[in-house]
Amino acid sequence: MAGAIHAQINGKSREFLSDPDTTLLFALREELGLTGTKYGCGEGQCGACTILLNGTPRRSCQLSVNDAAGKSIITIEGFEQSGLLHPVQQAFLDRGAFQCAYCTSGMIVSSVALLQKNPNPSEPEIVQALQGNICRCGTHPRIIAAVQQAAKAMRGAKS
Amino acid sequence: MSAAPEKFIVEPERYELRSSALHHFNLQRRDFFKVMGAGIAIFTVAANASAAQESGARRHDGDQDQPKNISSWLHINDEGVVTVFTGKVEVGQNTRTTLAQSVADELRVPLASVRMVMGDTALTPFDMGTFGSRSTPYMSPQLRRAASAARDLLLEQAATEWKTAPDKLTARDGKITNPASGAILTYAQLAQGKTLAHDLPDADPITPPEQWTVAGKSAPKLDARAFVTGQHQYTPDLRPPNLLHAKVLRPPAFGATLVSADLSAAQAMPGVVVVRDADFVAVAAPTERIAEKARDAIRAEWKNTPQLSSKELYSHLKKNLDTEENQKPHEKGSVAHALDAASQRHQQTYTVAYIAHTPLEPRAAVAEWKDEKLTVYTGSQRPFGIQEELASAFHIPKDRVRVIVPDTGSAYGGKHTGDAALEAARLARAANRPVKIVWTREEEFTWSYFRPAGVIEIKSAIEPDGKLTAWEFHNYNSGGSGIQTPYDVANQLIQFHPVNSPLRQGSYRGLAATANHFARESFMDELAHSAKIDPFEFRMKNLSDVRLRAVFESAAKSFGWQQRMPQPGRGFGMGGGVEKGGYVATCAEISVEPNSGEVRVVRVVTAFECGAIVNPDGLRNQVIGANVMGLGGALFESIEFDNGRISNPYFAQYRVPRFRDIPKIEAILIDRKDLPPAGAGETPIVGLAPAIGNAIFNASGIRLRALPLVPRGLNTQRSSP
Repeated sequence: MAGAIHAQINGKSREFLSDPDTTLLFALREELGLTGTKYGCGEGQCGACTILLNGTPRRSCQLSVNDAAGKSIITIEGFEQSGLLHPVQQAFLDRGAFQCAYCTSGMIVSSVALLQKNPNPSEPEIVQALQGNICRCGTHPRIIAAVQQAAKAMRGAKS
Repeated sequence: MSAAPEKFIVEPERYELRSSALHHFNLQRRDFFKVMGAGIAIFTVAANASAAQESGARRHDGDQDQPKNISSWLHINDEGVVTVFTGKVEVGQNTRTTLAQSVADELRVPLASVRMVMGDTALTPFDMGTFGSRSTPYMSPQLRRAASAARDLLLEQAATEWKTAPDKLTARDGKITNPASGAILTYAQLAQGKTLAHDLPDADPITPPEQWTVAGKSAPKLDARAFVTGQHQYTPDLRPPNLLHAKVLRPPAFGATLVSADLSAAQAMPGVVVVRDADFVAVAAPTERIAEKARDAIRAEWKNTPQLSSKELYSHLKKNLDTEENQKPHEKGSVAHALDAASQRHQQTYTVAYIAHTPLEPRAAVAEWKDEKLTVYTGSQRPFGIQEELASAFHIPKDRVRVIVPDTGSAYGGKHTGDAALEAARLARAANRPVKIVWTREEEFTWSYFRPAGVIEIKSAIEPDGKLTAWEFHNYNSGGSGIQTPYDVANQLIQFHPVNSPLRQGSYRGLAATANHFARESFMDELAHSAKIDPFEFRMKNLSDVRLRAVFESAAKSFGWQQRMPQPGRGFGMGGGVEKGGYVATCAEISVEPNSGEVRVVRVVTAFECGAIVNPDGLRNQVIGANVMGLGGALFESIEFDNGRISNPYFAQYRVPRFRDIPKIEAILIDRKDLPPAGAGETPIVGLAPAIGNAIFNASGIRLRALPLVPRGLNTQRSSP
């Protein structure tokens, strides 16, 4: 086997034993047990597998383990800090912004990425940022409301 | 085993009614307290055939000490924890929460003390499946009756303890209180050291909606935190030790049969298990990547037979009636006579395409054999049906098959069959290790089943004042749900014509009610237009059902129907109906972009009434969700196929509603506390498509009679006013 590939995952240095051509999604889920990141389509169309790669939202089904070498990855499991939910997670909870919730991890990761870049997004900007995430249950209006609530909470926390 | 999915072709509505001779559950009554610990238990017994789906009513009674028709269990342990067992499953419709609310309400305990054990064939009593909007109207009152009986038992226990009469005591907040003495016993204390099990009395009154305390109010989804932290484990998330990952060699087209398969290259790969069983060829390997490589290394030769293509679909449906399944028409008066006598006759034909459910969690299963017993985790609406499929496929008794359904990443009627479970189980048997299969999106779009396509023909006659006198309605293939007209017509002939469908088809949210409402409510709009009567007034003129009138009036009022201002490129339409005990009316406003012809739905108001509301927030989520999902089938979703191959089996080609497509949606919930609750997961979807179609006509003068309405925008549609 080639030399193992290392990455910072949710703040910890981790090693991948999977072949470098394995999809990052499969390696995160099956090798590291980070199953909060979901398979939805394998074609980069649904956003259920969204992670932050060096802070940028990426579709992990479209990346290989090799693409993660030496990089920092945040998955849905990386947001809760000492039992405290991330404001975006809390807002999804407060707004009941899910039904089956299979899309929720990807929605939250994409929303966190948006708010890191744009702390006060307009509704069209939220729509734009989440356009690549599919929710089949139709909770879109609640997801938008949750992102707006989280944005407000995060701005409040900073001031 | 033959795993070829096309062998499971079913027509949806008869499929819903298929009743199987299921007769087993593993947790014997005598073992109950061994498993559950001390406490108080109530077994509910379904009394009549109307509850057959929620019970074992049609079950053979092979096991001596299994009372017939047990449909749910409730247990209170010596810590006051209430555990409810039901074969229903949670697929996002929030039934775990609403059923728990009903139990907490009836038992007079906080919601937090109720645990729901759902969809596990070894633990929960038989249930035909979670579909048909039946959990709320049928399972909920059963669980209430069990909770009510448990409450009575607790009152009796306390009364005995205090040497008083039960009716002198009150049950509240998990405690029995004696107001005379001030004495208190908690349910936990009362359950201590007991192994009391009672069957549900025949007629135990349940709390009427006016007196609900926990039910009737919004409650957040149970276990919601696990879903925002990624901790909830759906079927694809399970990782038992020594797990192998499966890939199936799919036929190149529908109807293809396997001529030969050279497995040697795959078999030579280390760690790979290869199975060929009839036309089923599949591999299991330590990683998905290796499984893919192994599958791709198989040299297979297939024999194709010519298959139908999309463009021939509707003429095929008219010409290929399934005469064996022919159904009697619904007849009232004489349509022929009324049509002859009429001053104005109208007729039209509508079509509805096949569409896919595309649940975001694909079909998946994890199977493991141990000591000749099979355990399968799978996302499904029919755990007991899949248990039977597995038992039958492997020629073993059902007591050696356990099917467990983790709360699932949606279904919408699409997860009734056990294909993934069968595939994983067949490979696991060969590998003697646990095997997981997760269908790819392409497999989902190809090898699952579809919402039936259909052709609908309507003839009608109206008097000059707009009164309907004749109504003839024929539905080819899509089904009989919602086929009856709710309008007052003296002369009716309504018939569903089953067809040999070229594609595998099955249930979908609302079943054929979506197709039938699209055709009927579009045609009502056409009739109103020809009679020069406002579409709302036209409906009211022909409608005496007060509940349906109420939702139309409510939607029209909130929408501002009377005040709507027609302007170029902007249109308004409505549609509604009654189905599965739910009454719905939807008004829609659309805009047409003049250059591109792109149709946008700008605003939707849906009024919905389903009796007493159990959880207003959950219901609002369902009503809005149904409208969002309905946008896809109304505007652009369509499965295209060509000679046995799906032409658009990817999200990149099959467009589902996304954030940019979502209009402003208002849900008006009418709470009828004087009526028992009906289901709400399906019916709110049926009014949207006709409302949009009618709004497009209002904006453009172009009458569209095919779903989807505007897959490529309005400019490419032919005008047919």
